[in-house]
Amino acid sequence: MAKKKLTVGVTGLNNIDSPGPGIPVIRALKDMKDFDVRIIGLSYDSLEPGIYMHDLVDKTYQIPLPSAGQQSLLTRLDYINSIENLDIIIPNFDAELFNFIKLQDALKKKMNIHTFLPTLEQFEERHKSNLPEFGVKYGIKVPKSKMIHSMAEIHSLAYEFGYPLVVKGKFYDASIAYSPDQAMAYFNKISGKWGLPIIIQQYTQGTEVNVTAIGDGKGNLIGAVPMRKTYITDKGKAWAGVALEDEELMDIAKNLVKGNKWRGGFELEMIRTEKNEYFLIEINPRFPAWVYLAVGAGQNHPEALVKMALGEKVEPFKNYEVGKMFIRYSYDLICDLKEFETITTLGEL
Amino acid sequence: MSIKKNLALSDTGFVFNPSTGDSYSVNPIGLEILRMLKENKKDEDIKKHLLATYQADFETIEKDYYDFVKGLEQLKLTENNG
Repeated sequence: MAKKKLTVGVTGLNNIDSPGPGIPVIRALKDMKDFDVRIIGLSYDSLEPGIYMHDLVDKTYQIPLPSAGQQSLLTRLDYINSIENLDIIIPNFDAELFNFIKLQDALKKKMNIHTFLPTLEQFEERHKSNLPEFGVKYGIKVPKSKMIHSMAEIHSLAYEFGYPLVVKGKFYDASIAYSPDQAMAYFNKISGKWGLPIIIQQYTQGTEVNVTAIGDGKGNLIGAVPMRKTYITDKGKAWAGVALEDEELMDIAKNLVKGNKWRGGFELEMIRTEKNEYFLIEINPRFPAWVYLAVGAGQNHPEALVKMALGEKVEPFKNYEVGKMFIRYSYDLICDLKEFETITTLGEL
Repeated sequence: MSIKKNLALSDTGFVFNPSTGDSYSVNPIGLEILRMLKENKKDEDIKKHLLATYQADFETIEKDYYDFVKGLEQLKLTENNG
């Protein structure tokens, strides 16, 4: 039987040392059995490596930064759709999700582009700044945390949190500060990049374990694969990892999705303490950059997302291969200056 | 003393703990002991088996077995330590 043709727009082509999830998501889409997929890359920067990965990305269009607002994004997507006839868009950046969530109805009605995103309420309530309330609501332990808006507030943190503590950006970045001086330095560095507020979180000693998962929006966990990073970069990103057997972690993911009816991909970042207690330190509202491990372990979460976006019923995955590993590598793409010129000046390649 | 039930042992002496993702290598005697522990054999029976199989006195076997088991506990590969 001939495969159905599908055109999917994907963001997060920054396959760099702190990678976006775009390329792993695309690899997962290329592995789909029922679809012959054409990938339209949606990029923000001319040096996102995915733009030049022509074996994975068929064509790329620059899109406006999230700060440009919803109307300019909609206008740009309208132009892209007039050429490419997009079936689905999978956004992969936290910072762009707000705009895409707001535009999802317009995309469907005006352009017949499907998405499969969390609701705005789901998206907002799992923000780092709202995590303590989130933990209480869904019965998950969360380290104590608070938002700060100025450096003057750092002096009082020693009494409130003690050191070390974790300094986090509202979207990305986290650093462990062992002194007020370090906390101030990280405050400046992270707020300079991602703006205010800064989130201060109690440091929790233990092993970081993460789960990549997908919910159907009706309270069912469609798939979940837990992983421990076995090689970590200086930015704290996984350079290698292994799929774990962890019933408790799976139960946490299941209960969470049952409770808040999460719609779409997400990642739980947890700390497992020496006493085998689990603390939620973050929920990312999209697939993580290591989502291809789930595919390798037997659960193609992006494929499930595509099917649900198209309105198909998807049965939950029943198992995955424990012990399946991933190891990242770096690779120098050789590109012609002409290509860089084209994406830079014309905004498409 | 029992080791974690889900501990994966391979013939090469590669040991994988699927709960933590940690892996280890043990020598053939270590592998033999782990297999016996996985079969729920008692400590005394394992030591007796080692005494009958290898050329070592009982004190040495007892000491080495104790060290090995303590190592397993420290690595949280025993059942009670999760």
